[in-house]
Amino acid sequence: MKTFEKSNSFYQVFERKSGPAKEATHYCPGCGHGNVHKMIAESMEELDLTKRTVFVSPVGCSVFGYYYFDCGNFQAAHGRAAAVGTAIKRTNPDAIVISYQGDGDLAAIGTAETIHAANRGENITVFFVNNAIYGMTGGQMAPTTMIGQRSATTPLGRKEDIHGNPIRMAEMLATLPAPTYIERVAIGNSKHIMKARKAIKKALRIQAEGKGYSFVEIVSACPTGWKMDPVNARDWLVNDMLKVFPLGVFKDESDNQDEDAWKRHFEPFDKAKVDVYLDRMKSAVGEIEPTVLPEDLNCKFAGFGGQGILTLGLFLSQIGMRGGHHVSWFPAYGPEMRGGTANCSVNLSSERIGTPLVDHPNVLVVMNQPSLELFEKDVVDGGTIILDSTVVEGTPDTKRLNAVMIPASDIADEVGTPKVANVVILGALVAATDAFTPEFCESTLRAIIKKKSLIDMNIEAFRRGYDFVKKA
Amino acid sequence: MAKQFMKGNDAIIVGALAAGCRAYYGYPITPASEIAHAAALHFPALGGVFIQAESEVSAINMVYGTSGMGVRTMTASSSPGFSLKQEGLSYCAGAELPCVVVNIVRGGPGLGNIAPEQADYFQITKGGGHGNYRLIALAPNGAQEMCDLTMKAFELADKYRNPACIMADGITGQMMEVVDIPEGVTDLPDHSAWAVTGKPDTSGNLISSIVLDPHDLEDHNLKLDAKYKEIMANEVMYEEYKTEDADLIVVAYGVVSRIVYSTVDLAREQGLKVGLLRPITLWPFPTEVIARLADSASAFLAVELSTGQMVEDVQLAVNGKVPVHFYGRCGGVVPGSEELLDEFNKITEGVTQS
Repeated sequence: MKTFEKSNSFYQVFERKSGPAKEATHYCPGCGHGNVHKMIAESMEELDLTKRTVFVSPVGCSVFGYYYFDCGNFQAAHGRAAAVGTAIKRTNPDAIVISYQGDGDLAAIGTAETIHAANRGENITVFFVNNAIYGMTGGQMAPTTMIGQRSATTPLGRKEDIHGNPIRMAEMLATLPAPTYIERVAIGNSKHIMKARKAIKKALRIQAEGKGYSFVEIVSACPTGWKMDPVNARDWLVNDMLKVFPLGVFKDESDNQDEDAWKRHFEPFDKAKVDVYLDRMKSAVGEIEPTVLPEDLNCKFAGFGGQGILTLGLFLSQIGMRGGHHVSWFPAYGPEMRGGTANCSVNLSSERIGTPLVDHPNVLVVMNQPSLELFEKDVVDGGTIILDSTVVEGTPDTKRLNAVMIPASDIADEVGTPKVANVVILGALVAATDAFTPEFCESTLRAIIKKKSLIDMNIEAFRRGYDFVKKA
Repeated sequence: MAKQFMKGNDAIIVGALAAGCRAYYGYPITPASEIAHAAALHFPALGGVFIQAESEVSAINMVYGTSGMGVRTMTASSSPGFSLKQEGLSYCAGAELPCVVVNIVRGGPGLGNIAPEQADYFQITKGGGHGNYRLIALAPNGAQEMCDLTMKAFELADKYRNPACIMADGITGQMMEVVDIPEGVTDLPDHSAWAVTGKPDTSGNLISSIVLDPHDLEDHNLKLDAKYKEIMANEVMYEEYKTEDADLIVVAYGVVSRIVYSTVDLAREQGLKVGLLRPITLWPFPTEVIARLADSASAFLAVELSTGQMVEDVQLAVNGKVPVHFYGRCGGVVPGSEELLDEFNKITEGVTQS
């Protein structure tokens, strides 16, 4: 009588179970979990999947799935089995992942995880045991509790206008394009069980063939939670629950899927490959060519968004990096960015840099009017202020500061595009500070400007800015 | 060594890749999003996993899944998102799963703002989720450390089978600096003794944090506690700057330590004997070194982007030997060197008078 033999996908003795009865389950008489476990175990064995199966137990009565299933086991946080299962499958696409969940777990606290795993078409199998009650927790209302059904939290019965209606997960998930197979079965009578067994095995086969997401909802009895004897519970399941939770296949694309169509790619760590990849990230400026900074530069660049303020800071930073200096670049972000203004702080130093914020610049670049008013007072005595005189009116305090007023935007127009006004300014800055030779800057720009067609224009812009200061 | 000029947030992903991290799960949030952007670009390109999860909760539970397979994995977020991950972190700690979680701290409470704060210190170092557990917490203060300490976090997480957290702030995340790009790690630990990989050799393993029997759960907690004591004994990291002869020891971490570093030099120019003690591990906290410095210094000052959190650990370490002062800015306001210098002066004047 093969029917009564325990599947080899079960442990023969439940050593992980606490208490003395190591060969009996912890489930109540008449509970559907035992039946469902058995059908899953038999399907695992028949399909020869057991040793590569990872069974994810939920929170609820089936939290102890790992007592019974002789395969890899995870216990997941309440509602998160589909997320945990997603990660397991993505990290080993050859694993067979079973996410076994009850109604509170899957359809209340874990609704988001359920829907999104289905929507991504994760190549996992979800078994959803719907018994219309929170069993383990003590008989509270589940998302699938029936209208009129009494529970610990609906003592007068579930009411539509207070508690909402029972959720039909199979129907909901079937509206998504990705899932391959969605069926609702029941275990109310032997005919149901035959169909349930077939659905469970089919769902696992779909996963094993890499054909995508499979979901089987199993309407199941909870005599203890329903406060009924097992026979009445079974009758209520068949006569009442199935009216709200009709059985059937809601989606089946399994015949239209190629094998491994939903199998994702994963490669374990490969040092050689990672090293090659990381090496490709290195800066285009190439080898460090140490230069001498006459003095540390603590720069503030300020203007409107779109003027290339941040890029200007980045260009100077990378020139400094190539020169072997300590460099920091920090963009104003958050509230300061509102209103379309942009600014960044750049430090170039021969010493380790403390604060990356520049409160008192020794070089201030100003490319719009408000920035002049905002930042001029912060410049240290004897510092340099460079402003684009095409767009900024007014003169800085030339007694206190070394002022460079350069019509950068006009010069940029002459070079060919207003977009290189920032590089004109860069040329002026380098000339005013003698921080680097123009040749060093130009060769750096050639290396770091990605769009090769723009290089010559940028070099000319730099040179025009540099010469403007040097020939003044 | 190959160098690149990069954002702190990007450097985290470089460190993660070099450390052998193979799966990134995350949800977008400012000012941590660049980490997810970099992960989305680089993880699939290297045959790894990137999933933009449906929620922070899902992201940390995906981490739980990959971590339980013994594969290096991470997630990153900013304060409100980090709060959402607490249950999952507690599960990871309970099931003894190694993983790395990054918190680019922003202004709170509630939605707060996206400016830098350090007000998640309690949450990170005292255990934000339920139960007796600790996060190993590392606080980088620049782009290079964002990379290097991420690698270190993976190493420590694996060594102790416990989640490790990178605590940084918006400035450290957004700032660009020169980073020496590391080589990939040589060896990854073999976790087949406990991991569930979906392969036959690990099919007898179980990833779980449920322990029904109170005595068994007490034993489990005591085992975790012994592990935490070992971490406290072996893994403290800190940096001292001009502390040898200092009257005033300033304790600061993350971006604040950078500002204090500059201010210490300014103070020294004025003749103030000030030094900086920078915790690099926030948990385990450098209690012993602070206790030692309390024997020679006259006063301590904790400077934080909060209304006073780390200062409590400084007080515990100083243990009443000398006064412990506090200076904090919050809401995203970052103190400048001048106001810190004023504070140093106030304290050292008090020291001189007394």
